[in-house]
Amino acid sequence: MKVAICAYGAGNVRSVELAFRRLGAEPCRAERAEQVRTADLAVLPGVGSAGLAMAGMRERGLDEALLDRVAAGRPTLGICLGLQIALDETEEDGGVAGLGLLPGRAVRLRGDRVPRIGWASVEPSGEAFWFAHSYAAETPATTATSEGIVAVAEYESFLGVQFHPEKSGAAGARFLERCLSRV
Amino acid sequence: MPLPRLIPCLDVANGRVVKGIRFKDLRDVGDPVELGAAYSDAGADELVFLDVVATVESRASALDVAGRVAEQVSIPFTFGGGIRTVEDATAVLEAGADKVSVNSAALARPQLIEELASTLGSQAVVVAIDTIAGRVRSHAATRDAVRDTVAWASECEARGAGELLVTSIDRDGTRNGYDLELLARLRDTVSLPVIASGGAGTAAHVAAALDVSQAALLASILHEQPAWLARLRDELRALGVALRHAA
Repeated sequence: MKVAICAYGAGNVRSVELAFRRLGAEPCRAERAEQVRTADLAVLPGVGSAGLAMAGMRERGLDEALLDRVAAGRPTLGICLGLQIALDETEEDGGVAGLGLLPGRAVRLRGDRVPRIGWASVEPSGEAFWFAHSYAAETPATTATSEGIVAVAEYESFLGVQFHPEKSGAAGARFLERCLSRV
Repeated sequence: MPLPRLIPCLDVANGRVVKGIRFKDLRDVGDPVELGAAYSDAGADELVFLDVVATVESRASALDVAGRVAEQVSIPFTFGGGIRTVEDATAVLEAGADKVSVNSAALARPQLIEELASTLGSQAVVVAIDTIAGRVRSHAATRDAVRDTVAWASECEARGAGELLVTSIDRDGTRNGYDLELLARLRDTVSLPVIASGGAGTAAHVAAALDVSQAALLASILHEQPAWLARLRDELRALGVALRHAA
């Protein structure tokens, strides 16, 4: 199974690549729109800043490729910042327009400790995944939460997760396996 | 709040895990990938690798270590030692690390913290603070950095650090317990997650540290007895500490 990981000049592409390889998939670093359009599964990974990520995506035409994919009902996974920039907009970097793959916006966390770093239970499943974020989604497409924060959102063929399945040990591997099995 | 974390720390030099007292008389104790994977299997929540020599040659092998750890270990890890620029840090994250840790380089040029945070995001930037008697030490704790510990912690937060790794030098390796007074002051002063380091000897010490901090670093005690990690997790649960179920 071909998995295209959007390589837009930032982010932890290699970690995501290694996680899919461990599951027997064929991941590739996608820097060209064509790779994103044709893969069985496309992944929008992300760490770093929303502004830089969006600029990197546009520069390579990967934004249009993802929009085409989701319009065609093809499976697409966004991870962490990859979920946040898939929304209509994010508060980060003074306000950045997102891809609009799902409705909603990313807002700065207001909590006891920000960034929110560590393993936290995701409801309703109750499994713990690893989070590292200062912003979180607000979206009607929410399907799972963690301590009241959006952990998973699904809209048409886009699935977004705030946690890092590629760094969440056995629980993360099971999650990515389920993503592959739905393709 | 996410669950409290236990973080084994491995000192590396020239691609190998080493053990020594205050970075002197280093002895080879194993392969970083094997030891890291063993800790991951024993329930570590994250790992920290510190390049304790950070020469040009050691830096190159440290990148190789980060890349090999990422292949074998699927929990988050931090890499520190010799990171002085955004380029250094980016290379470590691209190899598969999740966070970088900076110490003396941030003291020498605090603006480095801002530069790292704006490119990598705060969540990837750990500032390590070595402290004794309320003062910061630099260069593997060999020099007085002429800064107050709590004031430096606040400055790190203001500049965009994502986490603080606070080592009490006078506790390090003693197994007499963490500096709870300092950790409580930091909890009340900064709103970043704090990783407590220095002094772990018993499960009760670790539980007390996790009461005032978000994570506990485990260094010398694990190097003597790596199997302690699994036992520690059981003992902490018995003390009522809610840890992750790693299976």
